[in-house]
Amino acid sequence: MQDARATILDVANLTTVFNTRDGMVYAVNNVSFSLKAGELLGIVGESGSGKSVTMMSLLKLLPSPPAEITNGDIWFNGRQLREVSDDELRKVRGGEIGFIFQDPMTSLNPVFTVGFQIMEPLRLHMGLGKKAARIRAAELLELVGIPDAMARLRDYPHQFSGGMRQRVMIAIALACDPKVLIADEPTTALDVTIQAQILELIKELRHKLGMAIIWITHDLGVVAEIADRVAVMYAGQIVEHAQVSELFSNPLHPYTRALLETLPQMGGERAQRLRSIDGQPPNLDHEPVSCEFAPRCKHVLSRCTQENPKRRAVTPEHDVACWWQPGQEGEKDA
Amino acid sequence: MLNYTIRRLMFTIPTLLFISFVIFLILDLAPNDPTGNLPMTIPPEVREKIRISLGLDAPMYVRYLLWCKQFFINEPLNLIGEWFNICIGACEDRLRVRSWATRSPVVDLIAERMPQTLWVVGMSYVVSIVIALPIGVISAYKQYSWFDQIGTFVSMIGFSIPTFFTGVMLIVIFSVWVPNDSIFWLPSIYDTTHKVTDWSSFWFQMRQMVMPVMVLALYNAAQLSRFMRASMLDNLSQDYVRTARAKGLKEKTVLLVHVLRNSMIPVVTVIALSVPQVFGGAIITEQIFRVNGLGQLLIIGIQGADIPLVQTLTFVFAVLIVLFNLVADILYGLLDPRIRYD
Repeated sequence: MQDARATILDVANLTTVFNTRDGMVYAVNNVSFSLKAGELLGIVGESGSGKSVTMMSLLKLLPSPPAEITNGDIWFNGRQLREVSDDELRKVRGGEIGFIFQDPMTSLNPVFTVGFQIMEPLRLHMGLGKKAARIRAAELLELVGIPDAMARLRDYPHQFSGGMRQRVMIAIALACDPKVLIADEPTTALDVTIQAQILELIKELRHKLGMAIIWITHDLGVVAEIADRVAVMYAGQIVEHAQVSELFSNPLHPYTRALLETLPQMGGERAQRLRSIDGQPPNLDHEPVSCEFAPRCKHVLSRCTQENPKRRAVTPEHDVACWWQPGQEGEKDA
Repeated sequence: MLNYTIRRLMFTIPTLLFISFVIFLILDLAPNDPTGNLPMTIPPEVREKIRISLGLDAPMYVRYLLWCKQFFINEPLNLIGEWFNICIGACEDRLRVRSWATRSPVVDLIAERMPQTLWVVGMSYVVSIVIALPIGVISAYKQYSWFDQIGTFVSMIGFSIPTFFTGVMLIVIFSVWVPNDSIFWLPSIYDTTHKVTDWSSFWFQMRQMVMPVMVLALYNAAQLSRFMRASMLDNLSQDYVRTARAKGLKEKTVLLVHVLRNSMIPVVTVIALSVPQVFGGAIITEQIFRVNGLGQLLIIGIQGADIPLVQTLTFVFAVLIVLFNLVADILYGLLDPRIRYD
């Protein structure tokens, strides 16, 4: 059924590097993924795995210098975003692709009213007048569950709580009916009860408005709850990608398996300690020539240190970038 | 906000009284006295008589209270009387604060000197703000570009070279090296008696203001542009800037609406806090260019041990500093919605 929907965003071989004073940082390496209309794609990975940088690269939101997109195609709605003019890109930003950021406490401008900040994209992209924009802004605030919306438009961000501010951010991102919403760890900075509220809100809005969502997170629980498909990122690469149920029931990459093992179990006997993945995430100061996960991998093969595995399809809906096959004995195990 | 302002204004009264007392104490402790500059041939008993005639034989607190009465009661009454052309009480023989050296009322002296100071120093301040803010904004936006590097270099020079050096250097270049008949020649002495009546006299006024204004503006702009740059840089890396860009706003809007408004908050405070300096005059620059403004008046007063003049002038500066502190606080509250005083 999902195949019937049109692909709205198609990213192929995206590579982003940072030219820092201490040398190059290879933050995103050959990342490819696609997004269909109305779909929710979860991107999972630990801090520094390149999740946010990938999404910011799509809209050139990274400061350049130091960031530079060196390779790849970004097809959005029939246009190659790497080649469009700055003016056109600005129309996509906020107009066709909405962004929600991690920290709602700092993501809103403290000296302007919430109303002004919601009305800005409305007036810019939809060409609304002041009055019409005001009415629409109030509708949006109501949509994201802020009561007494018309009056609250005159309030400043500091008069809102963290969860409320994230709702305002969502309202801004949704202002111009975007086709794609990119949510960059939108619940990470919030406490759990507020997280649950925001998750519910997004689910509901997705149902109502039918946009496609890319949800960046390091919380597997969140992904299991809302995503259709999941891509797991490690060291700036997608290492495994599958339907959400498939990924949780049949994880193929040792990193995905390790991640799932770190989740505490609800039932059964309580483990003595929480599990973690041994070792440190890799330094990104070189282009990947071998498997970046090899030093931490339980099933490492000699091939892993010589060749970087490409993503290979296991089923049409599931691919993994790993030399090891489940059931095969790793050399460390032997 | 109004309540806060009134409360703060009430607080300034004891503050200012205390300041005036401290100024009086310090001046009283100074070893000089008004007869110090008189010829050595004047015998000591005559000097003593001069002192007595000036009221210096009275105890310190009596003299202080007399000054208070003259400054806080007599002078305002006199001002009101002059403005409305009426006579309040014994207006003829009311004692005003008089300069010992010139015997004319100190307040009149200040009123005489004020226009020169406001023109030259005030104009230099305006010029420095107009120059410094755009430089700060561009330097921050294009950090480490050639514009920023040059801006940093010029600021360092402007800030580290004292005005008495730049002033004299400008005089050497524009009044000495440049021939008299060139249009680049500028007068090195500021003519206070010059009256602007037509275009040519206006042109002359502009020309005689150029050097002192530029010397002071360079110094102030150097400081201010650094402030502006730092404040912009602070804000450019904030998350809300990324949000503004993600909304699809033009770079100009992001910079001049979102970032600038936030960056101006500390800068406006700095600007407001240094306004009293404008009234205080730039003592050194006024000396170099012979602008007989308030700064020069203060120097003359100090040299001649003209205590009523120094006392009053210093106190007026203190009032301005206290007032503009309040202004800065109020501006802060107006610019930043997170700050509410009520």
